[in-house]
Amino acid sequence: MKITFKINDKTVEARTGWTVLETAQHYGIDIPTLCHHESVTPSGACRLCMVELKEGNWSKLVASCIYPVKEGITIYTETERVSNVRRWVFEMLLSTCPASAKIRQMAANYGVASTRFPISNPDNKCMVCGLCSRVCEEVVGLSAISVVDRGVHKKIGAPFLRPTDVCVACGCCVSVCPTGAMQSFFDQVRGEPSMRLTQLTRQSAQEVKTS
Amino acid sequence: MPDLNTATAIDLNQWHLKSEQDLIELQKRIIESTDPNRPEIVVCHGTGCLANASDKVSEALKAGLAKAGINAKVMPGIKKTGCQGFCSRGPLVLIRPQGLFYQQVKARDADEIIEKTLMRGEIVKRLLYKDPKTKKAIATEQEIPFYKLQKRVVLKNIGKIDPTDILDTISSGGYQALAKALTSMTPEQVVAEVEKSGLRGRGGAGFPAGRKWRSALTAIKKKGRPVYVVVNGDEGDPGAFMDRTIMEGDPHSVLEGLIIGAYALGAQNGYLYVRAEYPLAIKHLEKAMEQARCLGLLGENILNTGFSFDARINRGAGAFVCGESTALFTSIEGKPGNPRPKYVRSVEEGLWGRPTVLNNVETWANVPLIIRKGANWYSGLGVSNSTGTKVFSLVGKVNNVGLVEVPMGVPVSRIVEEIGGGVPGGAPFKAVQTGGPSGGCIPYSLKETPVDFDSLTKAGSMMGSGAMIVMDDSDCVVDVGRYFLRFLEEESCGKCLPCRLGLSRMREVLDRFSQGKGSEKEIDDLINLSQAIVDGALCALGSSAPNPVLTTIRYFKDEYLAHVQDQKCPAGVCKDLITYRIDEEKCTGCTACSKQCPSNCISGEKKKIHVIDASSCIKCGICKESCKFGAVLTV
Ligand SMILES: Cc1cc2nc3c(=O)[nH]c(=O)nc-3n(C[C@H](O)[C@H](O)[C@H](O)COP(=O)(O)O)c2cc1C
Ligand code: SF4
Ligand code: SF4
Ligand code: SF4
Ligand code: FES
Ligand code: FES
Repeated sequence: MKITFKINDKTVEARTGWTVLETAQHYGIDIPTLCHHESVTPSGACRLCMVELKEGNWSKLVASCIYPVKEGITIYTETERVSNVRRWVFEMLLSTCPASAKIRQMAANYGVASTRFPISNPDNKCMVCGLCSRVCEEVVGLSAISVVDRGVHKKIGAPFLRPTDVCVACGCCVSVCPTGAMQSFFDQVRGEPSMRLTQLTRQSAQEVKTS
Repeated sequence: MPDLNTATAIDLNQWHLKSEQDLIELQKRIIESTDPNRPEIVVCHGTGCLANASDKVSEALKAGLAKAGINAKVMPGIKKTGCQGFCSRGPLVLIRPQGLFYQQVKARDADEIIEKTLMRGEIVKRLLYKDPKTKKAIATEQEIPFYKLQKRVVLKNIGKIDPTDILDTISSGGYQALAKALTSMTPEQVVAEVEKSGLRGRGGAGFPAGRKWRSALTAIKKKGRPVYVVVNGDEGDPGAFMDRTIMEGDPHSVLEGLIIGAYALGAQNGYLYVRAEYPLAIKHLEKAMEQARCLGLLGENILNTGFSFDARINRGAGAFVCGESTALFTSIEGKPGNPRPKYVRSVEEGLWGRPTVLNNVETWANVPLIIRKGANWYSGLGVSNSTGTKVFSLVGKVNNVGLVEVPMGVPVSRIVEEIGGGVPGGAPFKAVQTGGPSGGCIPYSLKETPVDFDSLTKAGSMMGSGAMIVMDDSDCVVDVGRYFLRFLEEESCGKCLPCRLGLSRMREVLDRFSQGKGSEKEIDDLINLSQAIVDGALCALGSSAPNPVLTTIRYFKDEYLAHVQDQKCPAGVCKDLITYRIDEEKCTGCTACSKQCPSNCISGEKKKIHVIDASSCIKCGICKESCKFGAVLTV
């Protein structure tokens, strides 16, 4: 079934179940995203993809990566309110993951070159979007890494922040990471290769035995 | 030992109610078996009074009565109730049927109460409440302005019934609304009645309860059952204790509401999500459920009508955000309580992905009233868009700290000045923070604002759950903003960027303001950042967090400017902007301040003027508190 609505005054058609972001991408309308990846469930964490939903005099901002399309809605992707959120989010990103070249590039493209926020760790690249852990859980099926702690202390780590032998070093997390942070974390999570081997051998031995 | 129990001679285990008539018969028997002239000593066992040792008071009264050996015919009963609302005057003891109201009672007062009041019918004058305005002693509860100006509907049983005895509830008409709904109303009629009543959710957003139930029915049509009914008892706002009081003091009212809702929606299972820090509420709810099951009011085949429903209690996971609807569901499901990033309503996809109706404790407790007395009676209370009453916890710089229930739409001033008795010392209040840590400030100039959902929102604040924090001239708006932000910063789940990083940033900016750093431009920046968080955060914790800052900038911009432009804190709170000085005219040389000063920086001989050495003063303010003559000033 087709659903018709408007993005930036242009009439668009979407399939049931699509999000506003998917529709926009289908029509080549640019919306910046960071924590979204088509192969895992969305988390709505970065809020870069916010767009304005207007209804008469009333309007609100919604995250396009999770907002389901509805017949007759009116969406604007680049309003003053939208850019106020994005600009502040970029400033937050520049302060929390200043070492990420990708983030600096994205921010610069949006016209944000500096941040008013204090920089606590100049070497940090991770923005704790959780994409890596979602890929590991949902695609690889391992949950070797996860988001630990809460609030400002939230971070990515293997359980107890130690290298884990559960990790098979497939590298999916590295390729999905939007900031380049997982590259640097990788050695902290993937455990000792030798250990991993012994464990795998033990496992296959077990499998041979039971079959 | 004589029988001091107020419990009736009726044995709960002998009763299993099979019809509405059975329930009414039971009520009749309870009333018949109690002597209306038997004196009753009511001791508040609410958390506030217990903290002031009211349990010792009831023990002492018990022991005293046994010793006095009063004629068995007039042997009074002792009843322990939930919070009676006037916590700042606790421990409270009421003597019925006269209705005498004794306050700040100590265990050692027990003998005098027994000797004078119970044996000779005299009043113990020194235990009476004195009106701070008229200085007159007031003998009975009904005459005390704090109670007289309230409209106690939801709280009407609290302070009258023993919450651990279901028979007490039944005696006062409990479960008759349930019986009515089950025997003479269809589920559809129940939903229609709640819709018609105009009841709006009491947990924060004020969403119409009837409309929520109606959309759940629509969702059930599409998706089928099971459907769940859930009580939100996670109350985590600083200074709020409305829901705790209801759960502790009248647990059956919540339970009865929940069962009625379950009947209306066709739910077989329900959950009560109760804050883990409320052990007494959990205990009383557990007991209430056990007794209701025993009487056939909960569980299989309720009142022999063929309708079955049961509920269980979940202890809250200890985070403020767990009170948010979707975080609450994930928490009940056994996962970390983080809000769900989804644009679906919980009536369609709530607990375990099923249609779910989540309502606040107070919302549920209103339901039996609506069913029993009718939607028309209910909507006659309050104002057109906000019907019924609302319970507020009144705290801060106010004489009568406690729990207050008023019809919706009364002005702020009625609550703060008349019921609350105003600011100690008689000065006008500066502002009232309504709606908890993410609510907003109502300044004194708007004190006639009606307290209803829409008027509060229009003033930039919100109803929230009903915490009211009164501030006076010694409260600084920058400091208040920092306090609430620090709370929410700690409670942020950290999932979305605007909340995780934005709130800390806002607090850091305010920290700088409190040190006199900043500029008018930075105040504007703060407003823009606030707007970005309001618009951008994933859940309502983040999106409402900037409210206190936004409203204080709106109403007290001068005070912000004083900090950043003149490096002054008019309220004398921000340490970096004040110095302590002793007024030579007022100082009597009593030496109190110099004895108390922890850094030994006050010098002066006895009966001579004292001086503070500003260079070693740590600005703790102890001197100011210790000076009886008001000679220590902040400049
Ligand atoms: C951070 C946060 C905390 C909340 N805490 C509570 C709470 O403790 N109790 C409550 O009833 N509602 C709380 N709410 C509101 C609930 O999400 C929900 O709206 C409410 O329980 C619905 O019931 P009602 O319609 O009867 O008010 C909270 C909301 C947020 C965003
Ligand atoms: S490399 Fe390890 S942590 Fe990364 S996705 Fe693969 S298994 Fe998971
Ligand atoms: S490592 Fe990369 S993918 Fe993982 S949370 Fe950090 S930024 Fe996101
Ligand atoms: S607004 Fe705050 S509490 Fe809510 S999801 Fe975002 S980080 Fe978590
Ligand atoms: S891409 Fe939508 S919230 Fe991150
Ligand atoms: S606890 Fe006794 S009056 Fe509140």
